[in-house]
Amino acid sequence: MKYSVFELVKQAVRKAPVWPRAWRAASPKKQYEIIVVGGGGHGLATAYFLARRHGRNNVAVLEKGWIGGGNVGRNTTIVRSNYMLDGNIPFYEHALKLWETMEQDLNYNTMVSQRGVLNLYHSDAQRDAYARRGNAMRLHGIDVELLSADQVRTMVPAIDYENARFPIRGGLLQRRGGTVRHDAVAWGYARAADTLGVDIIENCEVRGIQELAAGGFTVETSRGTIAADKVGLSVAGNTSRVAALAGIDRLPIESHVLQAFVTEGIKPLVHNVITFGAGHFYISQSDKGGLVFGGDIDGYNSYAQRGNLPVVEDVCEGGMAMMPGIGRVRIVRSWGGVCDMSMDGSPIIDKLGAPGLYLNGGWSYGGFKATPAAGDCFAHLMARDTSHDVARNYTLSRFAAGRVIDEKGQGAQPNLH
Amino acid sequence: MRLTCPYCGPRGSEEFSYYGDASVTRPQHETDWYDYVYLRENPNGKLHELWWHASGCRSWLVVTRNVTSHEITGVALARDHRLAHAARQAGASQ
Repeated sequence: MKYSVFELVKQAVRKAPVWPRAWRAASPKKQYEIIVVGGGGHGLATAYFLARRHGRNNVAVLEKGWIGGGNVGRNTTIVRSNYMLDGNIPFYEHALKLWETMEQDLNYNTMVSQRGVLNLYHSDAQRDAYARRGNAMRLHGIDVELLSADQVRTMVPAIDYENARFPIRGGLLQRRGGTVRHDAVAWGYARAADTLGVDIIENCEVRGIQELAAGGFTVETSRGTIAADKVGLSVAGNTSRVAALAGIDRLPIESHVLQAFVTEGIKPLVHNVITFGAGHFYISQSDKGGLVFGGDIDGYNSYAQRGNLPVVEDVCEGGMAMMPGIGRVRIVRSWGGVCDMSMDGSPIIDKLGAPGLYLNGGWSYGGFKATPAAGDCFAHLMARDTSHDVARNYTLSRFAAGRVIDEKGQGAQPNLH
Repeated sequence: MRLTCPYCGPRGSEEFSYYGDASVTRPQHETDWYDYVYLRENPNGKLHELWWHASGCRSWLVVTRNVTSHEITGVALARDHRLAHAARQAGASQ
């Protein structure tokens, strides 16, 4: 069914609305051409683009739990393309352009809200660093503005301009950045992929990946054995674990926990996405009114999907320094997700050893904004066996070659990125 | 999460800095440098990790921790952990 205002009216006047399932509860076939392991945002987007752009719908997405239960359901919804390095900018801009047409492309309301992403700066040096990043974006044809303190004040009155310790000197603003409703992204891609014939198989945990001598793979799952010509891993957080099932025991990735928080609903206060420049803290407000915010990763290896209190304290300190007015708003929910922190903080979209085996991982804590481009590029890689132009630098071999893409300049320690 | 420092006793994790996997050994030869710097096993069970007691005695510790449950089953000074590891390797090669 195509969603439209006519359908809405039609259903509204029925005694009991009958909305059809958004995607079939598919059972696994014995064999597919392509298996995508991981039913998160990236995996589902990959399946959609495989069908849409490459005519491949003999595809299954295998998800160990329910789709959207992983990191696509746990992020803080931000989309932006305000990166600094040449290896990153075109990729994230490709994503932002796909975000802009997503709702028409998928016939699904994903609440794409280009409310602007504002990075505050607090010193001359930081201003210069942000100007440099802004100019790098401009060189790639992406619009971005460097605002003075007065201009920021006009745009965002509710933050602390009198703070002597962290004076607000201005900000870098990408107006086209913003937020997107993350759950809807998973469901939108699932529905669109399913409509094109892709099987989405939930409650199907991959337990083994065997390479066959004649080519192709057999994948052992909790719902039986499935054969495939090609297998793509898109399980960020669990990349190391699943890659080990395919015989890859070591990768430039550590799994770390990132926490996020949401408050009770309040009246509209934060109209943009705002990031604090004197500590890792960022905030936006959902349409339900809750303030959605977060900060640094906890910093130690973890698969627990929950973090510890020191980071909660740090994040709240950042919030209070930037916006003391929210001090008495109650946090109603906090959670964690498992991030594939890579050795340079940048992703890996590459072949993985055996012919027909591919990896989309290493997304660190920046995977959500990449979703449509990750899907497009991973689908391109799997369908054509060559990298998409904007993802050609995201190789596994870049570390050995010294071609790391290190936005933070922190070096080979995952927890510093 | 609390770590029991051998010198300082039980302390909150915020007193420490985390470095990473303690099981990687600095290589003798240049050919192994890439593995040492970049490749990690990243298990979802028990891990030996290097923590530095930044706001305490500033010792380097090797903590044995389950990275899924966060349960800590051992803490040793990094020096002692390395000496024990070397002794085990020497014993195994005899």
